[in-house]
Amino acid sequence: MNFDDTPQEAAFRETARKWIEANAPKELQAELSKSSLGRIRLANRDIVDVGKAWQKKKFEGNWACLHWPKEYGGRGATPIEKVIWQQEEGVYGKLTQPFQIGEGMCGPTVMAFGSEEAKRRYLPKLASGEEIWCQLFSEPSAGSDVAGLRTRAEKKGDNWVVNGQKIWTSGAHYSDYGLLIARTDPNVPKHKGLTMFFLDMKSPGVEVRPIKQANGMQEFNEVYFTDVVIPDSQRLGAVGDGWNVSLTTLMNERMSIGARLATGVPEMFELCSNLMLEDGLAIDDPAVRSKLASWAAKSNGLKYTSYRTISALSKGERPGPENSIGKLVSGMMLQDIATYAMDLQGAAGILTGNDEETAQGQFQQMLLSSPSMRIAGGTDEILRNIIAERVLGLPGDIRVDKDVPYNKIPTKGR
Amino acid sequence: MNFDFSDDQKQLRDQARKFLAEKCSPKAVRVVLDGKAPYDKELWKGLAEMGFLGVAIPEEFGGAGAGHLELCVIAEEMGRANAPVPFSSTVYLAAEALLIAGSEAQKKKWLPAVASGEAIGTLALFEGKGNPAPKNVKLTAANGVLNGVKKPVADGAIADFAVVAARTGSSGRDNDISLFLVALKAAGVDVKSLTNLDPTRGQAEITFKDVKAEPLGAAGDGWSILTQVLDRAAVLCAFEQVGGADRALEMGRDYALDRIAFGRQIGSFQAVKHMLADMYVSATLARSNSYYGAWALSTNAAELPEAAAAARISATQAFQHCAKNNIQVHGGMGFTWEFDCHMYYRRANAMALGLGSLTYWEDQLIDRMRKKNAA
Repeated sequence: MNFDDTPQEAAFRETARKWIEANAPKELQAELSKSSLGRIRLANRDIVDVGKAWQKKKFEGNWACLHWPKEYGGRGATPIEKVIWQQEEGVYGKLTQPFQIGEGMCGPTVMAFGSEEAKRRYLPKLASGEEIWCQLFSEPSAGSDVAGLRTRAEKKGDNWVVNGQKIWTSGAHYSDYGLLIARTDPNVPKHKGLTMFFLDMKSPGVEVRPIKQANGMQEFNEVYFTDVVIPDSQRLGAVGDGWNVSLTTLMNERMSIGARLATGVPEMFELCSNLMLEDGLAIDDPAVRSKLASWAAKSNGLKYTSYRTISALSKGERPGPENSIGKLVSGMMLQDIATYAMDLQGAAGILTGNDEETAQGQFQQMLLSSPSMRIAGGTDEILRNIIAERVLGLPGDIRVDKDVPYNKIPTKGR
Repeated sequence: MNFDFSDDQKQLRDQARKFLAEKCSPKAVRVVLDGKAPYDKELWKGLAEMGFLGVAIPEEFGGAGAGHLELCVIAEEMGRANAPVPFSSTVYLAAEALLIAGSEAQKKKWLPAVASGEAIGTLALFEGKGNPAPKNVKLTAANGVLNGVKKPVADGAIADFAVVAARTGSSGRDNDISLFLVALKAAGVDVKSLTNLDPTRGQAEITFKDVKAEPLGAAGDGWSILTQVLDRAAVLCAFEQVGGADRALEMGRDYALDRIAFGRQIGSFQAVKHMLADMYVSATLARSNSYYGAWALSTNAAELPEAAAAARISATQAFQHCAKNNIQVHGGMGFTWEFDCHMYYRRANAMALGLGSLTYWEDQLIDRMRKKNAA
């Protein structure tokens, strides 16, 4: 048991470190280090522009999408090398945010189901950041039950015509291409009538509207489709096989290992170490200590769980299911910590201004944003189902709509 | 990074699991649970023969000289089997205290006896309510003569020797405390069994009246030694707790698959599935924290105090959580004496207190994190 690199890993790390040292946009380091909780705000520059520049540089240095095959713009690296790269990339990894869905989900789907021509045309430009991809799966009435989606694609000659609406699409407003799942046959059970496509986001009839979220921010979009034409050559997988194709996409989403999720613990520790309560520092209060210690132990548990996964990768083994707990634990913890941090501030905890003396409103922002952590990318409930079914082997849910043709499923307002 | 046990260590774990499945069935545990024996003597002998009692004791003192990682994997299996033997008192507490502070003669006298199963040892620290703290040690030692009462002392009624924490000064500082080694057959020692949450591991009150004792470690070093012993034991107990949590989760899972209600397996109801998923989450967090503790223990790393506290907290919470919800999954049957659920519930809640309460370890973790941050 040790935390050391193998000689090969150490050599790889050294090469990566040197390259990053020579090429990273160091002028942004301080600002990037400050932006915790996954939200990146740069004072004077657009994250997409800066991100594209970093991505292009990485691509030219052969460091982009490094676990992809070389012919499609990757490096042909092993999973453990990808983890090492992420560790070394550190805060600059935050700049990859606009490309993560493309690299993690859309690209692998094109790789698995696209024609050779499509792979050579699209993947290298995705890897270089020249073209950004988004994922068009969720709909207003199809979230956890995404197979119940309503967006229709109808065949007209060699093309498909798409009508409908998607929601929660990150980056749709700056994306060049989108991975779209749509219903091509409403007369068969819901999982069987879906087909996967990709499309040019600048196609006529595509309209992107930002969503004003519950936290007041605008990070996601709705995307409307009105008679949008997609050539059949942009279909991925067989007609009616879209559900299976989407499983590939989602599996790749869950494979993203080493991405450290925010828990709020470091911020909370800092708050408690500095905040004066009536009887002294918060961290000297027994009730505070008890909660803080429990959260710290949980957060450590997540860290060492990811180390176990990395160790499996290092040995060339398939990681166990243990990594599936990450988002479930961190999402709830973030919300609990935010609530408690505000409780410690008393009545002033109501105030959200970033010029407030205590923690500059960061926990208030955390509180308002944290519900999305428990929903996006699989709700807490779906994640518990996944753990119960795939890890513990418990029976799947009884699905009353499983064998019912999609257009006969009872619905509200469809 | 190789944050995992080696193949040899995993093999040892499998070997221990197999051995305990055979020699320590729930039926065997129930002999002690029902008060028909103070501990499982046959099992104790078997553990000695397997080399498990002395796995971390150096060969020169009669042990296998393997190491603490090996002891961790065995501990996990002891917890999984709910073994009714004085393993933690003897191996994690008494033997570790000897390894840390014992003189050559003391180690030669006691460690081979521990490894061979001839001597049961324990730590006599607590004196009624309260957590580990110098101020809670009232038993006095004057010129090597002990006077006072210790309780609860784990496995005190079956122990042959005890490491006793005693007050040798009154300055109010940690160095008021010294440790002593006492053979419990000595004149003036009076042992009384106490009823406790987990009858598969006894607790006792030991009264020392003018008992002559030899010092263990230098005078005034008692608290510093104890702190090290408790940290080591926290990691080793965490592995027992992880084993127990895993077993409770498995029992709940198996029952949820087996039991039919409302015309279907109860494990198909989300209320039950989600409860079991949450048990898996806490057991996984505990395992990962314990692995880190194992690393720190086996390398004697500077991180041990923090790692031990985090492992202790995480494993205590996980075992309590899994044992409690295992009963819930079982419903009414889980509340019968006949089903084994309560054995894990008892063990989980007794273990949660044995080295000091959860609150105590939470306090420790914060102190240790602050110390690290300040450094």
